[in-house]
Amino acid sequence: MKESSNLSFSEQSLQKVKEILSRYPQGKEKSALLPLLHMAEAEFGGWLSPEVMDYVATILNIQPIEVYEVATFYSMFNLKPTGKYVLEVCRTGPCCLRGAENLLDKIEEKLGIKVGETSADGLFTLKTVECLASCGTAPMMQVGDKYYENLNEENIETVLQSFRNN
Amino acid sequence: MGKKLLFKHIDVPGIKDFTVYRSKNGYEAVEKALKTMSPDEVQEEVKKSGLRGRGGAGFPAGMKWSFLDRKSDKPRYLVCNADESEPGTFKDRYLIEHIPHLLVEGMILSSYALGANTSYIYVRGEMKTPIKILENAISEAYANGFLGKNILGTSYSLDLYVQPGGGAYICGEETALLESLEGKRGNPRMKPPFPAISGLYGSPTVVNNVETISAVVPIINDGGDAYAQIGIGKSTGTKLISACGNINKPGVYEIELGLPVEEFIFSDEYCGGIWKNKRLKAVVPGGSSVPILPAELILKTLQGEPRLMSYESLSDGGFASGSMLGSGGFIVFDEDACIVRNTWNFSRFYHHESCGQCSPCREGTGWMEKVLHRIENGHGNERDIDLLVEVAKKIEGNTICPLGDAAAWPVASAIRHFREEFEWHIREPKESMKRNYGIREKSILGA
Ligand SMILES: Cc1cc2nc3c(=O)[nH]c(=O)nc-3n(C[C@H](O)[C@H](O)[C@H](O)COP(=O)(O)O)c2cc1C
Ligand code: SF4
Ligand code: FES
Repeated sequence: MKESSNLSFSEQSLQKVKEILSRYPQGKEKSALLPLLHMAEAEFGGWLSPEVMDYVATILNIQPIEVYEVATFYSMFNLKPTGKYVLEVCRTGPCCLRGAENLLDKIEEKLGIKVGETSADGLFTLKTVECLASCGTAPMMQVGDKYYENLNEENIETVLQSFRNN
Repeated sequence: MGKKLLFKHIDVPGIKDFTVYRSKNGYEAVEKALKTMSPDEVQEEVKKSGLRGRGGAGFPAGMKWSFLDRKSDKPRYLVCNADESEPGTFKDRYLIEHIPHLLVEGMILSSYALGANTSYIYVRGEMKTPIKILENAISEAYANGFLGKNILGTSYSLDLYVQPGGGAYICGEETALLESLEGKRGNPRMKPPFPAISGLYGSPTVVNNVETISAVVPIINDGGDAYAQIGIGKSTGTKLISACGNINKPGVYEIELGLPVEEFIFSDEYCGGIWKNKRLKAVVPGGSSVPILPAELILKTLQGEPRLMSYESLSDGGFASGSMLGSGGFIVFDEDACIVRNTWNFSRFYHHESCGQCSPCREGTGWMEKVLHRIENGHGNERDIDLLVEVAKKIEGNTICPLGDAAAWPVASAIRHFREEFEWHIREPKESMKRNYGIREKSILGA
């Protein structure tokens, strides 16, 4: 196992980690990997650096490779730094039936970036995602914890502006 | 108005909270079961109800429960599948957001029936708000003595936890879900052994969908026979349908199984007809994985019978002229929707979501995406359509998990029913880039 760096969860998060570990039978603590990766991403700057993943490995007493292979499998984990707001626009069929493609073009145009890029001011990263179980309020995007639904080429400007004003 | 079982109280203000839920007969089924029924009697009611899995496959829930290895000395687990990522499906999220205690109550009943003392609800990681709502409902249930040690003073104890996923459609497949819950990549397992014998941590496990588990609540309250009275034939009870696409009123509707499809699409109680006064072109009735049907075949079977919202009626005609009820993700296409573009979009989705373990799925989905992309973008050639059919055939039935089939069926059915539209894209590349193919006159139906 690698030398542990000086990364550490806050006291409060460490309590939470303990509680999470207690959810699984003894010896099956690896089950906590996904919950811990979510926590780590939230606490250490919105992405999983190799150091962060190694830290999670030490908590669970597993090999770092076991963390890397999981972190790279799941689309939710950011493996590189992102902008302050990550716009995750749904690009799947049902959203497209209600204009997701035009919406995406509009966002690219307004932010001056393409999908996968981060704006120069570091405010926005634009991503596409697959169906987020919100097809009845399509088109939609997720930003952080929140779903923005029933978007169109007009109201998207208000939404983007609300982030800029924050 | 059809009968409501799951959504009876969904509009009650504050129904998310324990006290309000409780005041609407909430947790009475738990009291009834734990105090007056044995676990086997609970299972028996579920069997009698005829309830079928609402996650997509429609397998009878009571029968699945009866396969659980009760002789094993290992602990048993109930795992709720709340991964909901099948395009077009958004009923489970809706249920959890609006009436989370129904799922918690169903989890207690089902865990009791199965003899599980630890259960998990695996929720897709992106659903951060539903996760918070559910966790709050669970802690309310603990605080009120419906979870934890010796529930209601009985000898039965249950711990219930929410487990977040990480964003991977494949983790909705039950064995991939179990791998993911064990902290691994979501690679589906070879079956057998089935989870009922060796599931989570190698223990006997039942995996059920959110809606299936929630339906156990009315079944215990009113009895399995009463549930079986609702619906039609072997499609008993009610079903949540999430309707989306080009309709006036997208949303989640609880219907009695057996409702005519035409009524569902055109009545104001449900979808409210096609938007912008357009005409109906096609429907994918059960989530992106099931075959697409043109207007004439979704409204009527090949024999001219009205098509009903039921497992049997929607699959009437097999894949030649039918489809499936699936997850209840009801996707409606108007006359201006491009079938080729949508088929390409779905193929792209499956390629993106293939876990890559088996080559027919990994390579085949990539091929289908590529070929469909070139047809849609005006570079198709005449052999492409048969090539697609060929690739779809080679995937179907040759993979570890059903994602392969799920990727093949939409392509095969789109070509089966809309072949001329594909041919037109190839024949008229410039025209097809400019405008939509439209609708065959024989499909003019609706309004
Ligand atoms: C690729 C794939 C994705 C699936 N996604 C889901 C899902 O999101 N939710 C779900 O309940 N079932 C899903 N299923 C079905 C599950 O494997 C399983 O059959 C279901 O959870 C069983 O519950 P039920 O019997 O209550 O329907 C999926 C299956 C496959 C092959
Ligand atoms: S069919 Fe596809 S998703 Fe399923 S195990 Fe094989 S490669 Fe993975
Ligand atoms: S297709 Fe976008 S949320 Fe379902």
